[in-house]
Amino acid sequence: MSFSTSFWSLANPARFMSLTARAVPILSVLAGVCLVGGLVWGFFFTPDDYRQGSTVKIIYLHVPAALMAINGWLMMLVASLIWLVRRHHVSALAARAAAPVGVTMTLIALITGAVWGQPMWGTFWAWDPRLTSFLILFLFYLGYMALWAAIDDPDTAADLTSVLCLVGSVFAILSRYAVNFWNQGLHQGASLSLDREKNVADVFYHPLLLSMAGFILLFLALVLAGTRTEIRARRLHALRLRERMA
Amino acid sequence: MPDLGRYALEVGFAYAATLILLLTLVGITIWRGRRVKRALQAAEGRRHG
Amino acid sequence: MTRIFLRDLRLGVRAGGGFGLGLAFFLIVVVLVPFGIGPETARLGPVAPGILWIGALLACLLSLDRVFALDREDGALDLLATAPVPLEGVALAKAAAHWITTGLPLCLAAPALAVLLALPWPGHLWLAVSLLAGTPALSLIGAFGAALTVGLRRGGLLLSLLVLPLYVPTLIFGADVARRGAEGLSPLVPLALLGAVSLGCLAILPFATSAALRVNLR
Repeated sequence: MSFSTSFWSLANPARFMSLTARAVPILSVLAGVCLVGGLVWGFFFTPDDYRQGSTVKIIYLHVPAALMAINGWLMMLVASLIWLVRRHHVSALAARAAAPVGVTMTLIALITGAVWGQPMWGTFWAWDPRLTSFLILFLFYLGYMALWAAIDDPDTAADLTSVLCLVGSVFAILSRYAVNFWNQGLHQGASLSLDREKNVADVFYHPLLLSMAGFILLFLALVLAGTRTEIRARRLHALRLRERMA
Repeated sequence: MPDLGRYALEVGFAYAATLILLLTLVGITIWRGRRVKRALQAAEGRRHG
Repeated sequence: MTRIFLRDLRLGVRAGGGFGLGLAFFLIVVVLVPFGIGPETARLGPVAPGILWIGALLACLLSLDRVFALDREDGALDLLATAPVPLEGVALAKAAAHWITTGLPLCLAAPALAVLLALPWPGHLWLAVSLLAGTPALSLIGAFGAALTVGLRRGGLLLSLLVLPLYVPTLIFGADVARRGAEGLSPLVPLALLGAVSLGCLAILPFATSAALRVNLR
């Protein structure tokens, strides 16, 4: 069985359920191991940066969370497209399940970024283009989730949120560049950027990789578990409707 | 416990906040999953019998 | 399509259509700002372009929930959907009517109200130009948001939550045009970007709007 047929067979809810029933526990355990390993390694066994002191340890939370915040939206976008084109319900529900995980990751990235900014910039919040873009991304997530929650009919909700996700993606990218323009245009290079990836030494890099793997696995496990719940919730919704009709 | 120097508060806060958020998220996912599963089983039970 | 446009225009101008409401809201926001931040000219001048843009944006938001809701209630929207006009055209006509009834008056009133906020001289002109270039985007995005929430009974609050983040690029470029104009710098770069945003919205959003309408009318 090639990859593509096995991927599309997941569109069958029964098959998705039986496959993820095995996958979720494995992913969860792997995520736990990587996360605990990466964070313990990073927190206890790495030296302080000569410039940033111990705040460099925040990197093990901030960078993976930011990574998953963006990839979470990307996953929602792909899942929405699959729903709009191929009408697989599992796909729409996966997009729905990804939103709460993505919003939490965005929140973590924002909080850890602000906490890191306090000693480095002397303020919790600077309107740095990157921080601002994440704040906007956070708002997009909120709107997306609110629209899902507001509509009763599952198919209508899936369609409308998919359209919102597509339009929102365009505007999110547009906002990213607009924000860049807005701040750079005013204060030429006034703020430090969070661009630390470039000068990260190996000592910091390996635990960071492990922690990233942990966040990715955790994201996958949570999204799959959430999708399972959404599939069940949908079946429950259908059963209740039938009961009321009878 | 490593010596965190003068940024101990910030680093500690960042880790604590992240762990709380992640644990809340995991907790909510598991809790909602269980609740929906139980409700579904009840509904299926009513239907079949 | 022209008929729909004219009909919406008439409905908007008629009493109860909320034609003056947006303008009055804009005026009140402008009057309230000095109470909040103090009457000194030196303090008002620099923030005036941003305040005026945010005021215009909120005034625009105020009348959005009417764009499709009334037509849905009396069934006119179903008729429009089955009419020989493409639904994209209907969406475009609706957005255009919304712009004429709210966006255009805002553009005309803004320079006058800018006097109240002590905007430095060349800024008035650029403020009007930036609003003229930016408010069509606000109406088009707003029509999209209104189409998403048209089926909901209490869609108003959700509508603002959905639409306001989409307004970010327009606001950034628009306020920047006005600010640079007031400071005597060349505002052409943000103006070009603002125009690009508006034209992009004009090209893409009617399709998204009509897609959302179709889903809601199913």
